[in-house]
Amino acid sequence: MSEPISALNHASYDGIAKVEESGLQGMITVRGNLSDKVLAKAVKDATGQKVPGQREAFVEGDTGVCWMSPDELLVLVPYAELNAKLAAMTDALSGVHALAVNVSDARAVFRVSGNSAREVLAKLAPVDLSPEAFQPGQIRRSRLAQVAAAFWMDDTDTFRVVCFRSAAEYVFELLKVAAQPGSEVGVY
Amino acid sequence: MSSRLAKQGRLIDRSKPVTFSFNGNSMQGYEGDTLASALLANDQMMVGRSFKYHRPRGVVASGAEEPNALVGLGQGNRFEPNQRATTTELFNGLTAISQNHWPSLEFDIGSVNTALARFLPAGFYYKMFIHPKPFWKHIYEPFIRQSAGLGKAPDKDSRDADTYEHFYSFADVLVIGGGIAGLQSAKAAALSGAKVMLIEQTAHWGGRTLVDGGTVGGKPVDKFVEQLVSELETMDNVTMRTRCMGAGVYDHGYVLGYERLSDHRPGTQGPRHRLWRIRAKQVVTATGAIERPLSFAGNDVPGVMLASAMRDYVVNWGVTPGQRVVIATNNDDAYRTAIALKQVGVNVIRVVDTRATAGPMAEEVRQLGVRVDPGKAIAKVKGGKRVKNVQLCNQDGIGGAREEIECDAVAMSGGWSPVVHLWSHCGGKLIWDDANAYFRPDPKRPPLGANGDGFVVAAGSSNGHLSLGEVIADAHAAGKAAAKAAGFKPKNTRAPSGEAAEEAPMEAIWLMPANAEVQLRMKSWLDFQNDVKVSDVQLAAREGYESVEHTKRYTTLGMATDQGKLSNINGLAILADSLDSDIPKVGTTTFRPPYTPISLGAIGGEARGEVFQPIRRTPMHDWHDANGADWEPVGQWRRPYAYVRPGESVHDAVNREVKNTRDNLGILDASTLGKLIVKGPDAGKFLDMLYTNMMSTLKVGKCRYGLMCSENGFLIDDGVVARIDEDTWLCHTTTGGAERIHAHMEEWLQTEWWDWKVYVANVTEQYAQVAVVGPNARKVLEKLGGMDVSKDALPFMEWRDGKIGDFDCRAYRISFSGELSYEIAVPASQGQAFWDALFAAGQKFGVMPYGTECLHILRAEKGFIMIGDETDGTVIPQDLGLHWALSKKKEDYLGKRAHSRSHMTDPDRWKLVGLETVDGSVIPDGAYAVGEGVNANGQRNMIGRVTSTYFSANLGKGIAMGLVKNGPDRMGEIIEFPGTDDKIYKVKIVDPVFFDKDGEKQNV
Amino acid sequence: MLVLTCPYCGVEAEETELSAGGEAHLKRYGPGSSDDEFHDYLFMRENPKGVHFERWRHSNGCGKWFHAARCTQTLEVFGTYSAQTTEPPKEVKNAISAKRPGWSWRGHS
Repeated sequence: MSEPISALNHASYDGIAKVEESGLQGMITVRGNLSDKVLAKAVKDATGQKVPGQREAFVEGDTGVCWMSPDELLVLVPYAELNAKLAAMTDALSGVHALAVNVSDARAVFRVSGNSAREVLAKLAPVDLSPEAFQPGQIRRSRLAQVAAAFWMDDTDTFRVVCFRSAAEYVFELLKVAAQPGSEVGVY
Repeated sequence: MSSRLAKQGRLIDRSKPVTFSFNGNSMQGYEGDTLASALLANDQMMVGRSFKYHRPRGVVASGAEEPNALVGLGQGNRFEPNQRATTTELFNGLTAISQNHWPSLEFDIGSVNTALARFLPAGFYYKMFIHPKPFWKHIYEPFIRQSAGLGKAPDKDSRDADTYEHFYSFADVLVIGGGIAGLQSAKAAALSGAKVMLIEQTAHWGGRTLVDGGTVGGKPVDKFVEQLVSELETMDNVTMRTRCMGAGVYDHGYVLGYERLSDHRPGTQGPRHRLWRIRAKQVVTATGAIERPLSFAGNDVPGVMLASAMRDYVVNWGVTPGQRVVIATNNDDAYRTAIALKQVGVNVIRVVDTRATAGPMAEEVRQLGVRVDPGKAIAKVKGGKRVKNVQLCNQDGIGGAREEIECDAVAMSGGWSPVVHLWSHCGGKLIWDDANAYFRPDPKRPPLGANGDGFVVAAGSSNGHLSLGEVIADAHAAGKAAAKAAGFKPKNTRAPSGEAAEEAPMEAIWLMPANAEVQLRMKSWLDFQNDVKVSDVQLAAREGYESVEHTKRYTTLGMATDQGKLSNINGLAILADSLDSDIPKVGTTTFRPPYTPISLGAIGGEARGEVFQPIRRTPMHDWHDANGADWEPVGQWRRPYAYVRPGESVHDAVNREVKNTRDNLGILDASTLGKLIVKGPDAGKFLDMLYTNMMSTLKVGKCRYGLMCSENGFLIDDGVVARIDEDTWLCHTTTGGAERIHAHMEEWLQTEWWDWKVYVANVTEQYAQVAVVGPNARKVLEKLGGMDVSKDALPFMEWRDGKIGDFDCRAYRISFSGELSYEIAVPASQGQAFWDALFAAGQKFGVMPYGTECLHILRAEKGFIMIGDETDGTVIPQDLGLHWALSKKKEDYLGKRAHSRSHMTDPDRWKLVGLETVDGSVIPDGAYAVGEGVNANGQRNMIGRVTSTYFSANLGKGIAMGLVKNGPDRMGEIIEFPGTDDKIYKVKIVDPVFFDKDGEKQNV
Repeated sequence: MLVLTCPYCGVEAEETELSAGGEAHLKRYGPGSSDDEFHDYLFMRENPKGVHFERWRHSNGCGKWFHAARCTQTLEVFGTYSAQTTEPPKEVKNAISAKRPGWSWRGHS
């Protein structure tokens, strides 16, 4: 097996916020009945987290779980552990109607950090990103300019942004424009 | 002459001189000047020429309503035409040029039009440039093009040097306008705890109250405003932006704010403009009022100015537009201008007041030694490039018995119109106020929001209140009302009391003098920017135009870049009068956003250059780019059309790839093909509904080609379906079809068969997929080693998971070329490495990458259809001879019912055939075949069309597919395809499979 | 530009996050249906000035389809609700009745 490479291989940019492609992240799309105990146990075993409620994201580093829709979760695991975790999950879910599938390579993940991180995202997504409206622990699926994306906050000034791998370069360039020097909005 | 005064000028900093240029002449101004105030300080009375008659024009206003002072601003990559001098803040190095003249501002050949004005009335172009027809192209159009258009476009090679951005913002209450009303509204709203945003289009808070004076709560207004601003600045729930115009109000509380970040300091880091995309629960429009001009002859001569603008120039910028000033008015407010001018020592020669008896302010002005003439009017202003004198007459007359007095500036005031634009943008209605002769917002009919209640509240003078006391009280109430409507509990506070000089009622005056003779009316301008006169509107009425919207378009009244901010009310009053109707009955034209023009850059935001649109890249994109890819857009994807080698044309490259893939080995990046996982106990049943053929019976490990139709019966997609395990299928879609078909599946699952147990996931981008094609395909895979890819271990139309070389993969034995072919899917993170490995291992087998055109030719040689070529949304599987893919066992599938509709079973439907020119040439793409007879238009009847056409290097001739009436029954027949090159292509109908008819090559 | 609340993820989504999906509560006709039934199913749509029921998808969001009841004239939104129903729920109908007494739409009222 040759060395896997993420979409932009850790490209980064420094502006009013720091934009970094985060590298490889293990990701499993899980679809199923989110109130099912078997599913909850499989998620717990894989991530140590309980099943999140509507628009919640429980993420620590490269492990966690995000609510994507009433019957969909995004499970995050270290890339190296993906195969083992997915196999365990598939096995655990074999008795229920559910789908767990590896989407690690289908996505790109960015980290946007710094005092102006909220403003950088608010230039691209039609979402209220004021601290009163959006906080760590929440996830929002929306769009960044012209492509679909999801994001959550790791801490008060760090976002993690997930998009399709094919759009990684577009999203990176977007974030660079939005984070260009001198473009602080000064509201958050 | 206009000049800088020794004192006054609250906005300028006399210790900071600024140098700028106008038409190449270097001039001086001060920091805080606008370009307009600085031009006036330099006695530049004339600043441009008018659009139609090229008449000299000067500054007439002091803000966003300015119709005349439009200039070309900046140079090269920062040049922009039609910029208002009155809203352009002065900076060092500013360069401006005047517009609409040739060869120069002072001497202009186009001004001959003004001499011909009698022959260029409203509708002239419509009437004149019709006959004779051939004149249009060579005489009329070039003439109109030469004279049309304000300003000039930037040089075609220049590229905007600046960047722009959007910003999404959310507020409980958005207050538009930072005058005293906006400030007070914002405070009243913010005290409730609501999140308030306050935006002001100029660089300063306080609006025109600071010029007009008065007291609030016993304090002078400037102190009151200062305190109010600092109070708001300390409130955490208030966001304030200057240089940010409320451009438009839209459905459900959506408002665009246009922030100009660096227009006053070009070249500074960061974006030039920011478009705020604000969603507000409630909007307060505190947009003020605009003074109306008076319609008298020569009201467009440089030096004639709105009375309020004249005192703005004196008070704000320490500039007087003249030394000997005459003031014409129908109201008391203009007397403030007389006072302001007298205070700085400017000679106010006369105030003519149309009212029979002047109000209390007249007395104050008389005390200052100014003669006030009630019942009088201006008959005519004389002067070319600047005012020389005015002729006065009785208002109540035709303009005879004139008194002529010398002066160099005229201030006019026809009363005030509330700025109702933003109230009106989203459907707010207006009522006519007879006493003040203006339209104001009707509070009973506001724009309605998502909950069905009004979401806009007008405040202050934009709500029709023109005295300071009323403005403050109304603004305070508006702020509280907005907060309440946004769900907050306003504090029980009272508005401070505002006091200003008492004013007598105004008198509605639409023409000066009231019965002005025609020579005067022909020189009485309504719309300065589009050169529309009183006589033009009257002509339109005589010619039968009754609707104000039609009159607007016929005369162009209010259609210029200022959208009639000064002209509309006067114009429709003239129209109403001409029609013997009244103003509310005639009504207004529609107010449309933006309030003033905003830059295209701001609208585009970040979407330019690299990020104009998303371009989707496969994991091997960079390799393709480095290896000669000639890119083809396929949806948002970019795919290599061909890999062009040095010295080759694209066509050469395609031919080389076609031959090599058939003879040796080709590899294709097929990663863009959609891959959807469909899983669940009901997945088989679900796929049987989605595909026309049977998918539930497919055996694990096997593949089947499937067709999808819409409920209408038309083909929407095709692809190979693989059964992964008992309850899991993997469906391939076309490139660009993944999202669409995924959504299609979800739609049926969520909205029709929601009790079926099926989950779908789009895993398209998880994999890099490579088609390995050609006689050497198996050899290269065997050289890489790993899984058994022999004919027996991996037969045609089957798939296996395993390893090839070091790579975990899924190998599909499928073929879209008729060759021995595998499609290998590896994790996207290893796509490039796998491609490299294939390429290296393939060297001894003659490997070449091939692009989409080669793919197309290979499939066309085999008669395989392509969604989007052979289909166009009106084609059903039966048209393409795909009956074999339509299950007869299934009771139902999407499209089945439609296929039995009479039009679908019509034997005359055009059907797929192969096409070959008699001489071996290539038929032009999209050509139509003609048959016997002609249609109702005398054109030959069409009997078919080309859907795909190529040169086949393998066969050494052109090959094509097409849909032809009764085609399959006409094999061997020759039909005609006229080309757009005047040639008639003689084409033989043949079998669509041109190559390896028995399929021996793929099944080895 | 409209705002609709997605009943699945609770987001007040602006129109750029949504895709319009045409008229709500169509009854599917398949094989065995008459030509008229099938024709009406495919092509005949309400075009009311006033109360209307539509399908929308939160496409730049949770991806779910949902229903919206709104007024085509004033753009007032009476409610959004699950796509997994063949008719408007009672509370949405009541909300409409409160604002538009006497309304009716394709047999619903």
